Amino acid sequence: MSPTESTARQVRDAIARREASAAEVTEACLAAVDRLDPQVHAFLSVDHAGARRRAAEIDRRLAAGEPAGLLAGLPVAIKDNLCTADGQATTCASRILEGWRAPYNAHVVDRLLAEGAVIVGKTNLDEFAMGSSTENSAYGTTRNPWALDRVPGGSSGGSAAAVAARMVPAALGSDTGGSIRQPAALCGVVGVKPTYGRVSRYGLVAFASSLDQIGPIARTVGDAALLLQATAGHDARDSTCVSQADQPLPDYLAALEEPVEGLRIGVPRQFFAEGLDPEVEAAVREALAVYERLGAKLTDVDLPHATDYAIATYYIVATSEASSNLARYDGVHYGHRSRDHADMIDMYMRSRAEGFGDEVKRRVMLGTYALSAGYYDAYYKKALQVRRLIRRDFEEAFRKVDCLMGPTSPTPAFRIGERAADPLAMYLSDIYTVSCNLAAIAGLSVPCGFTGAGLPVGLQILTDVFTEDRLLRIARMYEREVDWVSRAPALVAGGGGGAA
Amino acid sequence: MALSREEVLKAGTLSRIRLSEEDVARFASQLSDVLGYVDKLRELDTRGVEPLAHALPIHNVLRPDEPREGLTPEQALAGAPESAGDCFRVPRVIDDGTSA
Repeated sequence: MSPTESTARQVRDAIARREASAAEVTEACLAAVDRLDPQVHAFLSVDHAGARRRAAEIDRRLAAGEPAGLLAGLPVAIKDNLCTADGQATTCASRILEGWRAPYNAHVVDRLLAEGAVIVGKTNLDEFAMGSSTENSAYGTTRNPWALDRVPGGSSGGSAAAVAARMVPAALGSDTGGSIRQPAALCGVVGVKPTYGRVSRYGLVAFASSLDQIGPIARTVGDAALLLQATAGHDARDSTCVSQADQPLPDYLAALEEPVEGLRIGVPRQFFAEGLDPEVEAAVREALAVYERLGAKLTDVDLPHATDYAIATYYIVATSEASSNLARYDGVHYGHRSRDHADMIDMYMRSRAEGFGDEVKRRVMLGTYALSAGYYDAYYKKALQVRRLIRRDFEEAFRKVDCLMGPTSPTPAFRIGERAADPLAMYLSDIYTVSCNLAAIAGLSVPCGFTGAGLPVGLQILTDVFTEDRLLRIARMYEREVDWVSRAPALVAGGGGGAA
Repeated sequence: MALSREEVLKAGTLSRIRLSEEDVARFASQLSDVLGYVDKLRELDTRGVEPLAHALPIHNVLRPDEPREGLTPEQALAGAPESAGDCFRVPRVIDDGTSA
């Protein structure tokens, strides 16, 4: 077992069997971070001392025969829009929260800690989770471990890169329009967006409250299932979180190896239309062929509103919700306050102008505009009506099939700077992922190959609400037949990180 | 859907974000592009379609009206840019006729 090569479950099992100590596993991950992160910049903060203290405590508990949790000793990384009250800052990759210390842990952080995980550090993201490349971070962009001149995707680019570069076996990200799945695809790892309401958002800095979800990023489906198990479930502090009575939390690991008999896969026409890179399409179609060989039945389906209309809907709904959620950053209670201001309003205007990056400003202004008097019906209300049409598309599809499959991202990782000047081109990176958030259904990305240039490709699988157990089993069916997970970025072995 | 300079400035004011002239010019064209794109929703007939704010049926979630632990004043003020005693210190809010 090697903490930087084995899966999260293998690492966890080795610690549980006392074959390796939590201390040495944590030390190995910290060494990997120290060695590789200067090139990748996945982390905004690394807590060497805290991680060592936690690992020592886990070892003490294990030695004393005390219960140490489902994840005892497992090093994890946490996206920096999740509150951690451990002395590390929670910045959301924004200047407006530079150095801000959260006074409480996010629920999912509490859950990881209760299950014995060791938090190694906080990872980079697009500012306030707004972006698809991690280039919108106020603290520098993260590089794709497979090609250092390319983006890791976003907004959870730091978490995806940290896992892909084998710095940590697992990480948490958040997904509002694709921000777990897309970076997972671009970095060749597994990323799961649970059904809205499956995981508590308490302590996740809000971007779009009806869309945000927290989910795992790991190298295998089983590892993602493990992390989902540890973090999902009811939390009274998030009133949008589903109750145990309404949706009991299943055991995601119990039946993971059981294939879904008579699997019906829907292949949406709209996910294979113009704009899809031919190499991505080829890899995804090969994955579909694997499913066919396993006995699954493929059917073409129609999701008329799931791509262009979904992007339009998303960039009204998400920005509107963001304009409301980000109103709290006003320099009053916490965060950056501008130095010179004439009065209260001026203080707000300068603090926010100084603290927010361009993309955040754009989205807040878009949302404000869409909600403003005279435009509310034409934009916001219209978008919510189309949202219902999108939801109906999925309801219709899931009457006929068990899941939907297609590419997660229309292209492999693009070059840093390539789309930064064109916000709209950047938004279209999410064309296959946003409808899932709008409809609240579950989705994941699983690695399904590489382009000729060595860039990862992800297969997206979508299932109906609260069917994560089936979603994971479906993904596992494919993963069992292939071995993308053994391939590591050249960077990890000490080679170069450039792509052809 | 091209945004005028005035509309961008208004959006900035409503968003409480101070914009430089350079910002206004840059954002005007970028925001116009996005608004132009989202205009495609007009192609869809949504007459009679009920807006969907939350894709899952969520109703008012209540708890008993009993006090619970919250942040201490120290915790609440820990990130304050300026504080005085147990209060956040801010520029004058109430106009008593003497402010600018």
